[in-house]
Amino acid sequence: MPAHLAPWRVSPCAFRSSKSELKPNVASDGLACAPLQTFTEEEAMLKDMVTKFAQERVAPFVQKMDENAKMEESIVQGLFEQGLMSIELGEEYGGTGASFFSIILAVEELAKVDPAVALVCELQNTLTNKLFTTYGTEEQKRTYLPRVSKDTLGSFCLSEAGSGSDAFSLKTRAEKKGDYYIINGSKMWISLAEDAGVFFVMANTDPSLGYRGITCFVVDRDTEGLQVGKKEDKLGIRACSTCPVTLDNVKVPESSILGQVGQGYKYAIGMLNTGRIGIAAQMLGLAQGCFDRTVPYTKERVQFGKSVFDFQGMQHQIAQVATQLEAARLLTYNAARLAEAGRPAIKEASMAKYFTAEVATLTTSKCIEWMGGVGFTKNFPIEKYYRDCKIGTIYEGTSNIQLSTIAKFLAQEY
Amino acid sequence: VADLAPMSVWAVRVAPGGGVHTQGVKHSLNPFCEIALEEAVRLREAGDILTLSLPQETLRTALAMGADRAVLAELAEGAAAGPREVATALAALVQKLQPQLVLLGKQAIDDDCNQTGQLLAAMLDWPQGTFASRVQLEAGAVLVEREVDGGLETLRLRLPAVLTADLRLNEPRYATLPNIMKAKKKPLEVLPAAELGVAAGPPRLKVLQVREPPPRAGGERVESVESLLGKLRHAGRI
Repeated sequence: MPAHLAPWRVSPCAFRSSKSELKPNVASDGLACAPLQTFTEEEAMLKDMVTKFAQERVAPFVQKMDENAKMEESIVQGLFEQGLMSIELGEEYGGTGASFFSIILAVEELAKVDPAVALVCELQNTLTNKLFTTYGTEEQKRTYLPRVSKDTLGSFCLSEAGSGSDAFSLKTRAEKKGDYYIINGSKMWISLAEDAGVFFVMANTDPSLGYRGITCFVVDRDTEGLQVGKKEDKLGIRACSTCPVTLDNVKVPESSILGQVGQGYKYAIGMLNTGRIGIAAQMLGLAQGCFDRTVPYTKERVQFGKSVFDFQGMQHQIAQVATQLEAARLLTYNAARLAEAGRPAIKEASMAKYFTAEVATLTTSKCIEWMGGVGFTKNFPIEKYYRDCKIGTIYEGTSNIQLSTIAKFLAQEY
Repeated sequence: VADLAPMSVWAVRVAPGGGVHTQGVKHSLNPFCEIALEEAVRLREAGDILTLSLPQETLRTALAMGADRAVLAELAEGAAAGPREVATALAALVQKLQPQLVLLGKQAIDDDCNQTGQLLAAMLDWPQGTFASRVQLEAGAVLVEREVDGGLETLRLRLPAVLTADLRLNEPRYATLPNIMKAKKKPLEVLPAAELGVAAGPPRLKVLQVREPPPRAGGERVESVESLLGKLRHAGRI
C-alpha cells in the first residue's frame, strides 16, 4: 500500500466484540448459529412460569407496595417456593442448577410487572448465592446456601457515606483480636437490609494496605451490635428497602471471613461484573413492561377522528423506541450468554447495563408522553416505571462508571 | 389421564380465509385441562399420571406440574384434531393401560366444543361426571359435585369413570423451577395418531366460517337511574 494511503488501512487489532469465536463442527451442531433469542426448553418453560407468577401473584400488590414502601411477604415467599431464589445454585445446596441465562429471563419477566420484585430475585441470585458459591468455605456453603435458597435474604454492605463508586475510601474497620474480629463502621444505601437475614459486610482489616485490606465478613442479622436503620424514602423501587446499617463493636469469629483476608474488594468487583447483566435485565423488563402497557392505549385513544397510534408522527416515535428495546435485549442476552459460556464479558456487561438503563429512561419518558394526561396520574402504572427506572443509571456502577469501564477496554484494544 | 388441548395466550385472531391463526402462536395448556391435571395430582394415591397431547409444547409443562409420563400423538399433515379424534386416541390408550379414572378438562378454550369427555365415556361405555366442581374418591367409586342450573348436584359413579373439570374444581399450581428441570427426565413417548386408532381420512366436521365478533358500539352516559330505566325500556330490554 502506498504511504499516502496508509491512514485508510484498517488497524489489525480492533474492537473485541467484532471478533467472533468459532465453534467447531458447525455443520453437525444445529445450535451453533442460533439466534440470540433462542431458549432451551427449560428456559422457555421458566419464562412462562415467571410471566404467570408475575401476572397473578405480583401484579395485584404493585400499587399498594409502592404506596406503602413495603414488600408483600407472600411475594418473597412465592419466589422462594417457585425456586426463583436459587436458580443457578446446585441441587446439593437446595438449588436447581439451571442456567445463568435463566436468571436473566426471570428478572426480565418480573421487572415487566414490578422492578422492585425483580431486584429481590436479581440480588439473591447474582450476589448472595454467587458470593457463597464462588468464595465461601465448604462450611459456609453448607450453613448458608440451604437457608438462602429456602427463606433467607442476603444483603451486600459495601457503600458508605463517603464511599460509593470510590470503594477505596471505605472507612469500616475490622480489628483482629486473637481468633475473632471486632467490626466498627456505618454503611449506607444497603439494598434489602430491612428484610435480610444475612449480611456481607465489607470492612478493612488493615487500612495501611489501602483497598488490599478490604475483607468480606458474613454477619448474621441477630449478631449483637449490628443495627439496621430507618429505611430511605425513595423515588422509585420503593417496595424494596434501602437502609443504613451500623456496626457497633460487632464481634465475629475468624471463620466468618468469606474467602481470603484482603480480597473483599476484588470479590465485590467480580460480583458486580456479572450482577450488571442482571440489572440490565431488570431495566430491559421495566422498559418492555412500560411499553407493553402503553402501546395498546395509543391504539384505543381516539383524537381528531383516528387513534393516536395512527398518526405517522406517533408511529415513528413508537417504532424508534421499539428498536432501542430490541437492541437493548440483544446486548443483554449476548452478555448473559457470554458469561454463561465462561468467556470474557466485563465490557459487554457494562455496555448492556449502560444501554438498557438509558433505554429505560427514554422509554418510560416517551410512554408518559404517549399516554397523555393519564400517564401523569397514579391511576395508571406508567409513572411508576418512570420513577423506578432512575435507579438503573445509578446503582451497581453509575452510567458514567460503565462508560469508564468500556473506555478502559477500548484503550487496550486499540 | 388428562387431555391437553392447545390454547393461545395471545389475542385470538381470525386468519384470512377462515379459521384461527395458529402460525407463530404460542401454545399452552388449556386452563380446564390444567385444572383436571391438578386434580389428578391431588388425588394421586398410587399409579402414574399420564398425559396425552396432540400438539407438542404443552406436554413438558404438564410433566413439570406433576404428570409422570406423556404421550405425544403425531397427526398426519392436514389431519383433523377435533373432539372425536382426541376421544378416539384417548380410548385406545385407556384400553391399553386400564386406568381407573380419566380426568379431562370440560372443554378446550379455542373451539369450546365440550364433547371429548362425553364421547370418550360413550366409546368406553363408562359412567361420566361432567363439569365437576368437587371430586372425592371412595372405595370403588367417586363422588362428583356438579354445578347445574338449579344449584349443586352430587353423583356417585362406579369406577372406572370419566370426569371433566369445571373452573371451580381447584386452583392449579405453578410448575416450580426444580420441577421444570425434572420434567426433562420424565418419559415422553411419541406415537403416530394412526396407531391410536385416529383415522387419517378427511375430517368429519367441516368448519363453514370463523368470524371476529362485531366491534363494540360506543356506549352512552346517562344522568340518573330514571333515565337509564327509561332508555332500557325504550330499547325493549326490560
